[in-house]
Amino acid sequence: MVVSMARIRGFFAVILLGLTVAGCGYNTIPTLEVQAKAKWSDVQNNYQRRADLIPNLVSTVQGYAKQEREVLTSVIEARAKATSVKIDASQLTDPEKVKQFQDAQNQLSGALGRLIAVSENYPDLKSNQNFLALQSQLEGTENRIAVARRDYIESVRAYNTELRTFPGVLWASTFFRSNKPMAEFAASTGSDKPPQVKF
Amino acid sequence: MNAAGIFSANGGRKRLAAALVVALLAIAPALAINFPALTGRVVDQANIIQPDTRVAIEQKLADLEAKSGIQLVVATVNSLEGQEVEPYANELFRKWALGEKQKNNGVLLLVAPNERRVRIEVGYGLEGTLTDALSKVIISNAMAPRFKAGNFSEGTSRGVDDIITVLTTDASEWQKRPSLRLDYQQPVDPANWILLAALFGFFILVSPTFRWLFFNIVLNVLASSGSSRGGYSGGSYSGGGGFSGGGGSSGGGGASGSW
Repeated sequence: MVVSMARIRGFFAVILLGLTVAGCGYNTIPTLEVQAKAKWSDVQNNYQRRADLIPNLVSTVQGYAKQEREVLTSVIEARAKATSVKIDASQLTDPEKVKQFQDAQNQLSGALGRLIAVSENYPDLKSNQNFLALQSQLEGTENRIAVARRDYIESVRAYNTELRTFPGVLWASTFFRSNKPMAEFAASTGSDKPPQVKF
Repeated sequence: MNAAGIFSANGGRKRLAAALVVALLAIAPALAINFPALTGRVVDQANIIQPDTRVAIEQKLADLEAKSGIQLVVATVNSLEGQEVEPYANELFRKWALGEKQKNNGVLLLVAPNERRVRIEVGYGLEGTLTDALSKVIISNAMAPRFKAGNFSEGTSRGVDDIITVLTTDASEWQKRPSLRLDYQQPVDPANWILLAALFGFFILVSPTFRWLFFNIVLNVLASSGSSRGGYSGGSYSGGGGFSGGGGSSGGGGASGSW
């Protein structure tokens, strides 16, 4: 009887401790970390979506504007480079790696912008239904990228703030020593805005 | 600076400043834009839709939601407050939380007559049906030419019609998500029922224990259903004419255009 009472008391103590720890924000850091990583995968998915559109776009443009070889190859090369730079969620704390990813994607944005600008000179291409559909998909994807990036930047900001401010800083310096702040996207000039795809 | 004095470390002041900046940045976007309130299915802040068209559109939108659960809302605004139409539409969509939370089946049709911009913002759950390309086609064929002629009522009405057509006639999409349909019923194979009944009869004949159990349950159910009727109460209905979003979100799907 005495033993079981002690056991019950111990049981309740564990539950109470769990509740207090949870109430003190022990869960906040892991929760925010998971959220930020999920937002990152959204960002990466949308960039991938853009990369998937490109082969079709290139072949459509090629049918009308063969002589623009230089622009077309620069798009293909930039795409190859951009898809080769991948970041998994554990590398998000490495600013160098994030910058690499960003640079590769920016280069692709630039090449795509030139391709769209060049296609303005070909009236037949501009009125091609397939090209118009691809263009609106590209435009939509650029917008999704912008939204996903904004969401990611916000969730990283929340996570980093939690690591540095009270009471999160207490947990960060004890149980979550291995949790480092994530690298934010450097809002380099023009990278925040997608290349203007005007019709 | 009393607060800075608390930190003995050298980086204390810097860290405090950084936290302050972060806090300000977090508040800034919330203060920046003054979005219109979600007062109904048509929020005509810019006052460009005629009353009779407005009533007709509202009826169509209510029918759409009753039939498919999709929340389509039309908004016209006086000003985008210096923003591009895309981020404005996305933030407004998320603020109004159009569509059900689980399905994200909301659509926002935003018209900014003063900036001459229009956008169809599509919730996550409908991106596969109302694609970017289709949204673009609706804008450039049904809406932009009429807006150019100054005919906002008809342009908006036609845009709504086309969006509803796309959302409700894509058969393959309906079949993929049967839960969206109210009139959908799980087809039952009659052979299964016959087999089940045969098995049941067999057990009743063969096993006395099963027979006893079965009749006990049947008698119990019959007795209790006679006495305890009325214990069931339906889910609370929170009607009252108000209209609100269901918690849906959008990731920037759709298309925009100008005229």
